[in-house]
Amino acid sequence: MTADPGLYSYIPYKDRPKIVWPGGKKLALWVAPNIEFYELSPPQNPQRKSWPRPEPDVVNYAYRDFGNRVGHWRLMEAMDEFGVRGSVSLSVAMCQHHPEIIAACQERNWEFFSHGIYNTRYTYGMDEAQERAVVEDSIRTVKTATGQDIKGYLAPALTHTMSTMDIIADCGLSYTCDLFHDDQPLPVKVKNGRLISMPYSLEVNDHYAYNVFGFSPEQYTDLLKRHFDTLLEEGADSGTVMCVPLHAYLVGRAHRIDPFRKALEYFASHSDDVWLTTAAEISDFYLANYYDEFDAHIRAHGKGGTA
Amino acid sequence: MTLPDDYLKYPKRQHGMDHDLYPWSNLFDRKPVSWPEGAGVALWITISGEFFPLTPNTGPLRAPGHMATPYPDFRTFTTRDYGNRVGMYRIMKVLDSLGLSASVNMSSDLTTRAPMLVEEFKSRNWEIIAHARNMNDVVHGETPEDTEQDIIDRTLDDLSNNAGIIPKGWMSPARSESYATPSLLAQSGLEYVCDWGNDDMPYLMTTEGGPIHAMPYTHELEDRHVLQNLGQREEVYIEQIIAAFDRLSAEAKDHGGRVLHLALTPYIIGQPFRIWALKEVLNRILEKGAVWNATGEEILSAWQNAQTPETA
Repeated sequence: MTADPGLYSYIPYKDRPKIVWPGGKKLALWVAPNIEFYELSPPQNPQRKSWPRPEPDVVNYAYRDFGNRVGHWRLMEAMDEFGVRGSVSLSVAMCQHHPEIIAACQERNWEFFSHGIYNTRYTYGMDEAQERAVVEDSIRTVKTATGQDIKGYLAPALTHTMSTMDIIADCGLSYTCDLFHDDQPLPVKVKNGRLISMPYSLEVNDHYAYNVFGFSPEQYTDLLKRHFDTLLEEGADSGTVMCVPLHAYLVGRAHRIDPFRKALEYFASHSDDVWLTTAAEISDFYLANYYDEFDAHIRAHGKGGTA
Repeated sequence: MTLPDDYLKYPKRQHGMDHDLYPWSNLFDRKPVSWPEGAGVALWITISGEFFPLTPNTGPLRAPGHMATPYPDFRTFTTRDYGNRVGMYRIMKVLDSLGLSASVNMSSDLTTRAPMLVEEFKSRNWEIIAHARNMNDVVHGETPEDTEQDIIDRTLDDLSNNAGIIPKGWMSPARSESYATPSLLAQSGLEYVCDWGNDDMPYLMTTEGGPIHAMPYTHELEDRHVLQNLGQREEVYIEQIIAAFDRLSAEAKDHGGRVLHLALTPYIIGQPFRIWALKEVLNRILEKGAVWNATGEEILSAWQNAQTPETA
C-alpha cells in the first residue's frame, strides 16, 4: 500500500493555462444520470457488503428499482424540456435488463459511459485480468447495444484498485470520473495512452443532498445554483467544468422533480456563457486543445513528478 | 488478490428483472386508471399502530424505532406507547375534522393491549393492515419458512378472533421480507403488501402461492423519515408533500390516476408541537381538490377494476 496514489501532480488552482470552451464559453456543464441496476442477491465481495440489511433487502432494492420504473421518465422529460442531454453513468447490464431505457436515451443522442456491470459488483479484490474483463465487457456491451464507443468510466459503486486508471486508459478510454481533486479536467498519469480526470462534482450529487446532507428539494436547487454561479465566475479566468450527478430514484420522486426543473431552467438561461454538453464532448475538446498545454504546464510547475 | 470466478459471472443478466416476482414496467406506458369522483390523485393515509416489546428481538435486524438503550429501555418503550395512547387520538381528531379515512398498519397485539383503540378504528370504518403480532416479528432471508408462516397465521388469527378483522393488506415489521414472504402472504389470502416502495401505483406480483399486489409505499415522505431521520422542519415536510401532490396531479391529466401515500407515525406527527403540520398539509391538499381519499383496499379495488385481463 502507498500513501499517495501517484495519479497526478500537485498544481495550484491559479495561473493555469486559460481554457476557453467552444463559442467562447466559460463553464462546461454536463448532467450525469446514473442509470443503475442493483442485484437482489449478488455474490458477496469479501470487502464490502452488498446491502445494509439482511438479504433479501427488499426495502433498499425497491428504493433503487423505483428509478427504472418511475423516476427515469420524469427526469428525462425535465431534461428534454430544457434541451439538456445526459451523459449516462451506466450499469452496462441495463442494456440487457431494460433496453427500453437505453433506447429512450439513445433517441435523444445521450452519451453512455461505463459505471461497471452492476452497481452490486465491486472492484475490490479483483486482479488486473478480472478488472480488465469488466472494462472490456462494458465497451463491448454498450457498442453492441447502441453502436457507441464509450469514452469514460466511473467505477461501480466507486470501488477501485490501484490499477483502475492504467486499465481503462490501456483499453482506450479517455476520461475517468473517479477523481474529485479539481474543477478542471487534468491529465492523469497512466502507463499507456492518455487519460484525463473529468470533474464529477461529487458533493453536488443528489445522493449527497438527499441521503447525506438531508436537504429538501429547494435546498438542493439552491446548492446547484450557487455551485454554478461560482464556477461560472471563475470560468472567466480559465474554463471550468460542473457536473450534476443524479439518480432517478432520488431526484425523480414526485416531490423533487419540479424543484430540480428550476435548476435546469437556471442553467439553460445562461447559455451565452455556458456550454451545455456531454462529458465525451468536453473530453474530446480538452484532449484536442488543452491536454498538451496542461501537460507542459504541470511538467514546468507541478509538484510530485510529471504527468 | 483475485476474486472467485463466480464474481464475474452474471446468471441473471437478462431482459427484465433479476427475479420472477414482477416484470419491469414503465409507469408512463401503463393503461390509465380512473379514480372515483373524477379525482386525479388518490390520497392514501397509513398510520402505524405498533407495539414494541421492551424485550427486542435478537437476530440481524431490529425494526426502526425499536429499543435503543440496554434493557430496560423505558425511554423508547414509553415514547412508542405515547403514540398509541395520545398521538393516535390527535391524528384521529384531525382526520375526523376533515372527514378523512386511513389504513392502520397494526400490530395484532393491540387487539388485546388496546382494544378500545381498535374499536375507534373500526367505528370509523378505517382499514386495518396486518402488521404481524408486534415489532419483534422481523423476518429476513434466514428465517425458516414455518416460523414465518406461524407469524402470519397467528397475526391473522388474533385479528379475526379478538376483533373480527379480516385484513386484505400486510406490512412486514421493518418492511423486511424473506424470499418466501410474498408467496406465503398470497397463500394466506392476503391481497396486497406494503413492503416494496418501487412504484407510484399498485402493481401485480406473481408468486407460487398466487397473485399479490404491491402498494406504492412512499418512504421518502414518511413523517419519521422527514422529521426525525432527516431532521427537517415541519414547513419543509409540508412543502414536499404539496410538491408531490402537484406533480402527481399534473401527471394524472395525461396518464390517469395517481396515488399519494402518506405514512404517519403517531409518536412523531402526533406530538403537540407537530400536529399542526398534519392539519395544515391535509387542508392544503383538500383545498386544491380533485383528490379521492381512500383506504388501501379501496384504491386497490379501483385499480383492479381499471385493468383488463391482459394488462392486470
